[in-house]
Amino acid sequence: MLAHPDLTQLIFGRLTIDQLPLHEPIVVGTFIVVALLGLALLGAITYFRLWGYLWREWFTSIDHKKIGVMYIILSLVMLLRGFSDAIMMRAQQALSFGHSTGYLPPFHYDQVFTAHGVIMIFFVAMPMVTGIMNFVMPLQIGARDVAFPFLNNFSLWMTIAGAVLVMASLFIGEFARTGWLAYPPLSDIVSSPDAGVDYYIWALQIAGVGTLLSGVNLLTTIIKMRAPGMTLMRMPVFTWTALCTNVLIVAAFPVLTAALAMLALDRYAGTNFFTTILGGNAMMYVNLIWIWGHPEVYILVLPAFGVFSEVTATFCRKRLFGYASMVYATVVITVLSYLVWLHHFFTMGSGASVNSFFGITTMIISIPTGAKIFNWLFTMYRGRVTFEVPMMWTVAFMVTFVIGGMTGVMLAIPPADFLLHNSLFLVAHFHNVIIGGVLFGMFAAINYWFPKAFGFKLDPFWGKCAFWFWVIGFYFAFMPLYVLGFMGVTRRLSHFDDPSLQKWFVIAAFGAFLILLGILSMLMQFYVSFRNREKLRDVTGDPWGGRTLEWSTSSPPPKYNFAFTPCIHDIDAWWQMKQHHYQRPQQGFLPIHMPKNTGAGIILAGFATVFGFAMIWYMWPLAIISFAALIATAIGHTFNYNRDYYIAADEVARVEASRTELLGHV
Amino acid sequence: MKALRGLVLIAVALLAGCHTVLMSPSGDLAVQQRDLIIDSVLLMLLIIVPVMVLIFVFAWHFRASNKQADYDPDWDHSTMLELLIWSAPLLIIIALGALTWVSTHKLDPYRPLDRIAAGRPVPAGVKPLTVEVVALDWKWLFIYPEEGIATVNDLAAPVDRPIQFKITASTVMNSFFIPALAGQIYAMPNMETQLQAVMNKPGDFEGFSANYSGSGFSGMRFTFHAVSDDAFAQWVQQAKASGNALNRDAYVKLEQPSQDEPVHRYASVDAGLYQDILTNCVQPDSMSCMRNMKASDAKASDAGAVRSSNDSNAMAAMPTAHP
Repeated sequence: MLAHPDLTQLIFGRLTIDQLPLHEPIVVGTFIVVALLGLALLGAITYFRLWGYLWREWFTSIDHKKIGVMYIILSLVMLLRGFSDAIMMRAQQALSFGHSTGYLPPFHYDQVFTAHGVIMIFFVAMPMVTGIMNFVMPLQIGARDVAFPFLNNFSLWMTIAGAVLVMASLFIGEFARTGWLAYPPLSDIVSSPDAGVDYYIWALQIAGVGTLLSGVNLLTTIIKMRAPGMTLMRMPVFTWTALCTNVLIVAAFPVLTAALAMLALDRYAGTNFFTTILGGNAMMYVNLIWIWGHPEVYILVLPAFGVFSEVTATFCRKRLFGYASMVYATVVITVLSYLVWLHHFFTMGSGASVNSFFGITTMIISIPTGAKIFNWLFTMYRGRVTFEVPMMWTVAFMVTFVIGGMTGVMLAIPPADFLLHNSLFLVAHFHNVIIGGVLFGMFAAINYWFPKAFGFKLDPFWGKCAFWFWVIGFYFAFMPLYVLGFMGVTRRLSHFDDPSLQKWFVIAAFGAFLILLGILSMLMQFYVSFRNREKLRDVTGDPWGGRTLEWSTSSPPPKYNFAFTPCIHDIDAWWQMKQHHYQRPQQGFLPIHMPKNTGAGIILAGFATVFGFAMIWYMWPLAIISFAALIATAIGHTFNYNRDYYIAADEVARVEASRTELLGHV
Repeated sequence: MKALRGLVLIAVALLAGCHTVLMSPSGDLAVQQRDLIIDSVLLMLLIIVPVMVLIFVFAWHFRASNKQADYDPDWDHSTMLELLIWSAPLLIIIALGALTWVSTHKLDPYRPLDRIAAGRPVPAGVKPLTVEVVALDWKWLFIYPEEGIATVNDLAAPVDRPIQFKITASTVMNSFFIPALAGQIYAMPNMETQLQAVMNKPGDFEGFSANYSGSGFSGMRFTFHAVSDDAFAQWVQQAKASGNALNRDAYVKLEQPSQDEPVHRYASVDAGLYQDILTNCVQPDSMSCMRNMKASDAKASDAGAVRSSNDSNAMAAMPTAHP
């Protein structure tokens, strides 16, 4: 090898043995633990001979329900990683005062906060939201799958490919040290010459392909595949929010792709899109990234709003108050979300009129959002509220989100933002809305739809433990940050001089510890529920007294979801069917046309991962080969005509008969 | 409103139990920004508090076990209520929007000050003190063009005299922030931003970069001394007495990345240094110096190349003033 240094460089690019963090005991320790756990997992799969099962039934599955579940598993795994980063930051900031510099030098600390942001948004919140939409939405509209089932599988694996690259950066080289949006000039090749920003770019570009295609897919599904009778104004609110979210994805993600592509060109090809001195302008990147970034916030939170609408109506045993105004509010938010991006940089010297315009448009968003809160409130009014775990999350959300909304409007007032921008007040605000809005919503969704996916409820005791630890932990972790913001403390600092700040950071660290207990309770909840699955079993398919179509089929639903496509006469389609003593058809089944599993998605994403890795490390031959393989496989897949099959009428009859038998036992 | 604001301040002080600089600032601009925060919160609490109360009241009263509560499973619409729930937030936002429009213009950091504090207009003939601020990796350079001195990580200004900061950066983005004085403004390479502010109370205040800029970011702090006119003259003398000169060579050395930099003082500054930092011309024969680019553009235009596009490029890259 040493005799041919050029050959080595050609193959390995700039990747050398020095890039492995062998001299970092913490990282090596983490690697050993991860490697052992990984080996144990792989060993167990091999021992129990599960590879074939996993490959046939899950990895290559084009069933939207299984893909939804896999998205959620990805997001939960990444939540563990993102949360490890969070607790490391909280510990560092609680310790690093005066002469103590804590345990993380800036080189690591800066990677940790960048990775935390990137992972939590792109690989926790996004897959969780996409997973829930994937699982629930086709069932809600009475469809048998999404419009492009293969694309769905491909999107999932591209998202996983991005996550794999981010995880690889932990052990090979380093991640970006730029903050989660990688503003140039800090992220340009002069200020960040190492592979960190390239990991960032390629991970997001590859995952972005998945997100965009999934957006196209779900959007088409909602537009084209609703059951007869389901007009737009009879769609469940969750489907409405999914529609708006996917419109936002389709319109916003290409902007992110373009911005990152230009950043990549600046870094790889020496262009000057974002170098102010040579005809470019760094502020262009800031504009572009937020033209994507602000809609992204609504991409995450709108489906959560949809979940709360479903949960509130179900657990108040009452129709949702103000369906029409809920829909209009959602649409208004969708449109307005494109008119506010500049509020992320009032402090970059725009004029007073420009700042006022964007400040006021931002505030206007609080009107439809406020209307939504009132709608949930008046759904409870004259209802019969049962406090199952999903409803508890909903009430916690309403209280928490109102606070987050208020601090958001404070930040939207430009002169106030000049004081609060980049402060811990801001950090507290966006955690307040993203945890209190998106995460609480997704936790409600997981508790609500879990029985639909697996046929048994989640254990309520551990669910309530998780709820209380999370909610109380959230307030302990983030209320001190609001106070610290007023004390003029800004974000991303790894060391403090003023000892009077320390107590607040210690309280915040305690809050993070409570959240840790919340996460552990959730894992415990999954384990206990699985162990007691016979006791928690639901054979009705409708454990909560649901109102929308997904509760009309069995739990878990058959591959084909619905033996006959239902006809819709009401917003609360299933509730109305129950009111009219709906009888399941027992005969006259027809063969059902279904898509076939394919391994193309996972193979394509595998090549994409190799391509991304090769680009990051300048391994040009490997990059060319893997890209050629990627294109060849994609083209090859188009010649695969063996894509569909029929479920025989007999088979449908057998599945439906066994459900009838189960229902008879209730 | 004043009384309410006072109450809120006391509440905040009790709650925090310590020094919250944003709530007890010392500069007129920051005071007005503080008042705006309090007013907007009070305005929003008009709707937030009832909503919070109603969430708990409804959730409790309409619990399934309370059989006395009304139950109306099909009640899902009320025109009156819907009007109310859209118009109540709308009214608050109209008020807040008006407040925003007025205050954003009044407190625009670029706008020359017309008062030094409430009821105290800027006296006739007082010229603002100009300070040129350069964010370096990872320290702050302050150039006083009129006094002909410069300092690193140490800033001073007379109390009650308007200050005009002209702000730029050498390599990456930072944000210039003295919370007690006024809100922050970004410091960006090859661009100039401005801040017009005034300090009303003497004392030593913290200043720092509010925007993450790399590994030395945490140590990018300085002290802002708000002092009497005499003390300011002394402070200038102290720099003059240091005997150091900030010429281009010294700047190039200073510009190299360093962390937790101690205070430096310079008795003299090369003429036009700030402008040259802004236009990348500290090393005048550098390729990326904007002057040279203009010159080469001019040559190109002599040779018949299209001038306008090249020229507009240079203009786009030029530090832009406020619209």
